[in-house]
Amino acid sequence: MSNHPAYTKWADNQLAKSLQRFPERRARFIHHGNTEVPRLAVPADIDQNYLDQLGFPGQYPYTRGVQPTMYRGRLWTMRQYAGFSTAAESNKRYRYLLDHGTTGLSVAFDLPTQIGYDSDHDMALGEVGKVGVAIDTLADMETLFSKIPLGKVSTSMTINSPAMVLLAMYVVVAEKQGVAMADIKGTIQNDVLKEYVARGTYIFPPRPSLRLITDIFQWCGSNTPAFNTISISGYHIREAGSTAVQEVGLTLANAITYVQTALDAGLELDVFARRLAFFFNASSDLFEEVAKFRAARRMWARIMKERFGATNPSSWMLRFHTQTAGNTLTAQQVDNNIVRVTLQALSAVLGGTQSLHTNSRDEALSLPTEESVRTALRTQQVIAHESGVANTVDPLAGSYFVEQLTDRIELEATDLIGRIEDGGGVVACIEDGFIQRQIENSAYDYQREIEEQERIIVGVNDFVVDEESKPPLLRVAPEVEDEQVARLTTLKHERDNADVAASLDRLADKARTDTNLMPLVIACVRAYASLGEICDVLRGEFGEYRDRQ
Amino acid sequence: MTTKHRILIGKPGLDGHDRGAKVIARALRDAGYEVVYTGIRRSPAEIAAAAIQEDVAAVGLSSLSGAHLRLFPAVVEELRHGGAADIAVLGGGVIPEDDVAVLLAAGIKAVFTPGTSLEEVVQAFAAVCDEQ
Amino acid sequence: MKSIDDILAGITAGQPRAIGRAITLVENQQEGSEAVLSHLDSLVCNYLVLGITGPPGAGKSTLTSRLIEQYRADGERVGVIAIDPSSPLSGGAILGDRIRMMRHAKDPDVVIRSMATRGRLGGLCSAAGSAVRIMAASGCSKIIIETVGVGQSEMDIIGLADLTLLALAPGLGDDIQAMKAGLLEVVDLLVVNKNDLRGAENLAMDLEGVARQREDKYGLPTRVCRTIASEGQGIEQLVALIAELESLHSESGEMNRRRQVSRNREVVDWGLDMIREKLEPLAALHKHEASPQKTAVQLLQKLWLDL
Repeated sequence: MSNHPAYTKWADNQLAKSLQRFPERRARFIHHGNTEVPRLAVPADIDQNYLDQLGFPGQYPYTRGVQPTMYRGRLWTMRQYAGFSTAAESNKRYRYLLDHGTTGLSVAFDLPTQIGYDSDHDMALGEVGKVGVAIDTLADMETLFSKIPLGKVSTSMTINSPAMVLLAMYVVVAEKQGVAMADIKGTIQNDVLKEYVARGTYIFPPRPSLRLITDIFQWCGSNTPAFNTISISGYHIREAGSTAVQEVGLTLANAITYVQTALDAGLELDVFARRLAFFFNASSDLFEEVAKFRAARRMWARIMKERFGATNPSSWMLRFHTQTAGNTLTAQQVDNNIVRVTLQALSAVLGGTQSLHTNSRDEALSLPTEESVRTALRTQQVIAHESGVANTVDPLAGSYFVEQLTDRIELEATDLIGRIEDGGGVVACIEDGFIQRQIENSAYDYQREIEEQERIIVGVNDFVVDEESKPPLLRVAPEVEDEQVARLTTLKHERDNADVAASLDRLADKARTDTNLMPLVIACVRAYASLGEICDVLRGEFGEYRDRQ
Repeated sequence: MTTKHRILIGKPGLDGHDRGAKVIARALRDAGYEVVYTGIRRSPAEIAAAAIQEDVAAVGLSSLSGAHLRLFPAVVEELRHGGAADIAVLGGGVIPEDDVAVLLAAGIKAVFTPGTSLEEVVQAFAAVCDEQ
Repeated sequence: MKSIDDILAGITAGQPRAIGRAITLVENQQEGSEAVLSHLDSLVCNYLVLGITGPPGAGKSTLTSRLIEQYRADGERVGVIAIDPSSPLSGGAILGDRIRMMRHAKDPDVVIRSMATRGRLGGLCSAAGSAVRIMAASGCSKIIIETVGVGQSEMDIIGLADLTLLALAPGLGDDIQAMKAGLLEVVDLLVVNKNDLRGAENLAMDLEGVARQREDKYGLPTRVCRTIASEGQGIEQLVALIAELESLHSESGEMNRRRQVSRNREVVDWGLDMIREKLEPLAALHKHEASPQKTAVQLLQKLWLDL
């Protein structure tokens, strides 16, 4: 509480409005012994520097969070990334997760799907159903969401280059369930720029890829207003070995590129900007991570307001999903990973994430078992319900250490964005390898520190034990690939192939024009054209990007 | 004149996570090897063809997507097919312990599981290169 | 594949294994390399060596990949020698140019070999020159040498080429200016790659201005060609320009003159390497009483008698 007029103004406006619309989870939040937990701690003497750099939650520059009451109003979405094998198997896992209290789905696709190959493609050999679910046609998507009401759950899909096709399938499945398009909630990752530098599931060259993204922004703006059209991802950049500063700098540089491309295509800033979502990594350096999330929020608000001139406050807000850092999991003494994940998840919550995935203890070895996924989910629930950190807003604000870290990250990440712009922008810096080199150098330094024991990884380069018992692992049976291929072959015989050919021809006709391709892709999907067939049409028109440095 | 050992690092399959592959490539360079890197998303046939043209002593493979049981032996087979059975194949990635024996039996000379130190990896390459 | 006869037969049959082995032999100057090389000269037929140089980021490898594509479409067999610097600290190297050429990996008529500079001056030239002849003997009619044209050894490599192309792209900074000065004297063709980027027009105009001031022996300015290699644009025109220069040079005798010069230098390089090999152990054994210069003369005289 404070008597400062800025505080009073915030409390009377943003806070009051928010409390009215979204009542807090409890009437009172208390410590043991009945002491009340304050909603928001502020300095006794609020000065201009505080107002400029931190402000109040739900208020520009959003350093302290995007909502006035944060987790007192609603906890973050506990969203566990899952999917493997066939659509039917994954459907079972989703329903298991929903039964155990996850509040949103997050679909993992296998690599052939992510790269726009059907399961019977040569390059799909050995990869079908391995790191996610295999989706070839609408029929697989119908199975994937069978008995899951798409009007009620929000679904995040980790799909990038062929995002338009998978989104089209989702829309058609929802339609068949009788769900109104306006009620579809969720996110597609759709962030192709980071694929060229970190994750590797690109298909087309950067320019046509950016055009597909812009088409999605536009189509969703008028058809599925509650769907997040992109999740601009630092997660994979960090996994590829970047530092926290590089994660923020490179992610926001990508975001700037998407915004600029959409503006160049004539889209309305305040219409598409509020559907941009972000996705960050929660790694092990706890305070640096908290500072990173806070800095990213402040930077984005400033970029959107000052650089692009957005006027709607929702356009200024950086809303983000977080996943704990997969690369920090160890194959040695796997139970230690539960502790790592707990600390990382805590940093995401202290940093104000909107949704969270916690990794499972066995993921350095294989896909997680059902049991270890449950422990990972329980970790979030313990943080949410037992630790007390969700009972107040931005508890680390005002710590000298955390505020200085936040300022440093903002300064250095802003500098990196400037260097990329001096180098001709993100696309030019991908093509000449500048961005890849930045990440590679950091990755190499990190590994050397481990080798030289400047960095201790418990159970790996210190505190090592001889382990005998091996944890049970989840394996995807090799037959899954053959079965999926057989299903696809049958479907290709049974569908109306004249209809498929006609819809694909219409797509090819329009691909080089500036017609929005989304309705044409929906038509292809509805005819049960396969993902590979649709992507092949676009490969023919756009060319392929093959040789990442 | 000295004989330089040449090594090819390849990423078979569709997995795009090349952090490990690149770190290993640099560590081998810093240990004095000439390292040809193929980039991501290569087929076993492409990797074997490149290894033969580059006349490397050894091929290092990395896969994190769980496709190693099909892809690593496929590279060994392609090399044999190209008359280059003497080129040693080593591999690493997210490989469960049970698979190590399977891969060794399929002709992979050494298998690196998560947490293997760079030093161990470099030593394993040194051992197969010195045999030649 | 042990015997020299097997290797020679394999080279003429275009077998990748034999070609790869042969290049390793000459690169390491291992036993048998002289035998391979002395037999090759009788096998070599018509070929063109194209040097591609330019700063990092100019898109040399992508350009090379597109040229391969074009020449393959014309039914030619293509060789590529891609050169990267060795680390001065460890002596190792990362040879990454292949990444952009992997689409040709399964084509038996595209022979790609990555080579490290290994910190040598003359030695690299002799190894690369030998690799050219091995590829030519295997039936390659176009051989591309790709290198970052900054160091002296890379400049020397360019001397091996019948025609040299300098690739530039907008936005690469000041070092290009410095590079242009020296390289413009030796290149036959200027390529403005990434012609769609901001600044390309200025760069091209700038280069055309420079090119006009420098007429070749036929009274023609240095050609400037614009490409977007990543999208394949301008490649046909580039190939046509290369063909035009090739026929000009072979009719005028310039091609033969250049080959003679480069051959002379290879001879000297080989000779220097051989002398160095003998001289180093002698110098190590020698008691250094006289000045280094005088000692060198004494040792050379001694060597002279031995050789």
